[in-house]
Amino acid sequence: MAEFLSYFRQDRLPHIWCPGCGNGTVTGALIRAIDKLGLDKNNIVVVSGIGCSSRAVGYLDFDTLHTTHGRAIAFATGVKLARPRLKVIVITGDGDSAAIGGNHLIHAARRNIDITTIIINNNIYGMTSGQASPMTPHGMLGTTAPYGNVEYNFDLCELAKAAGATYVARATTYHYVLLEDLISKALMHKGFAVVEALSQCPTYFGRKNKIGGAVDTLNWIKEQTVNVKAAAALPAEKRAGKILIGELHSVEKAEFTQQYLELIARVQRANPTYARNKGVPGCELNSD
Amino acid sequence: MAESKKRFFHVIREHYCKGCSICVAFCPKQVLELKNGKVFPARPDDCIGCRMCELRCPDFAIEVHPAEEKVTAERSVNHIDLSLPPEAHHA
Repeated sequence: MAEFLSYFRQDRLPHIWCPGCGNGTVTGALIRAIDKLGLDKNNIVVVSGIGCSSRAVGYLDFDTLHTTHGRAIAFATGVKLARPRLKVIVITGDGDSAAIGGNHLIHAARRNIDITTIIINNNIYGMTSGQASPMTPHGMLGTTAPYGNVEYNFDLCELAKAAGATYVARATTYHYVLLEDLISKALMHKGFAVVEALSQCPTYFGRKNKIGGAVDTLNWIKEQTVNVKAAAALPAEKRAGKILIGELHSVEKAEFTQQYLELIARVQRANPTYARNKGVPGCELNSD
Repeated sequence: MAESKKRFFHVIREHYCKGCSICVAFCPKQVLELKNGKVFPARPDDCIGCRMCELRCPDFAIEVHPAEEKVTAERSVNHIDLSLPPEAHHA
């Protein structure tokens, strides 16, 4: 599939990620989902923050924006409001979205703005040598948790759901087919969509926790998870401690940019002088 | 006579492969092996074309194609003119 590589800046490949890092798998899933849906690559903006996962935009041949730490969703909100017709995708990591950018995540979810957010969760700060992140599970090791992490991790999907995201799903790099399927659905969803992709960091998470290399870490992720449909039939003791994967939440709700444009039209109808002067001075509407 | 078996061939981009062995470990038919730290199809006749190696590969280093599919020169990354900026290929 040479078509697959055509979505990349091939002069930048091979990428910088460690051998066996899950970021490449998630990026591949996003590309294949976009390819299958037949989205026009000139109408896609991919925004990312800081971190290993956020390097993905450097390899993708879309309009891309590599922003400050944690602020990817804030920048994406700006892009979406300035050009509502664009498909805006955010690729972010667990440290980027759950720690420093946690506030942006919940407020974008609250607004229900039409952004697809893919959170690559590798349970650790990989780029800066393995500090414990808000997604490091209780008791696991990291550079800043050498005797085990005493903090509890977020359930990002529950957080996003509670904050008002209208599409919430979780998959892993082991369950690739599910991951691609959920990203496709999230891309087609009108509203704030969150896909948490559990990913392996063999270099830091796998090594620090004595799990092993890329393959062992993938198997570890597989053992931690259970599909939400299968979990419904499982007895409670088998379900305990497992992470649910699959489509966790999907509802239809009025979308933010749509409502904002309707509001502008309504105010202009009510105040004809605004329309005659092409809006409030200094706040011209976009020509397109 | 049994139905003739579908055959597949593998396109390997060796300079993309980092030898993480995810494809080797999760191949249901143990088709792939590592040789000098790079993947290579040791038993291509056993391949059932599930493409899980291609899909799980984090480095975009392997592709599986049905044997009847012709590989054109431009499929290979070695034939891509990298002096052109990626924008040059946009519609």
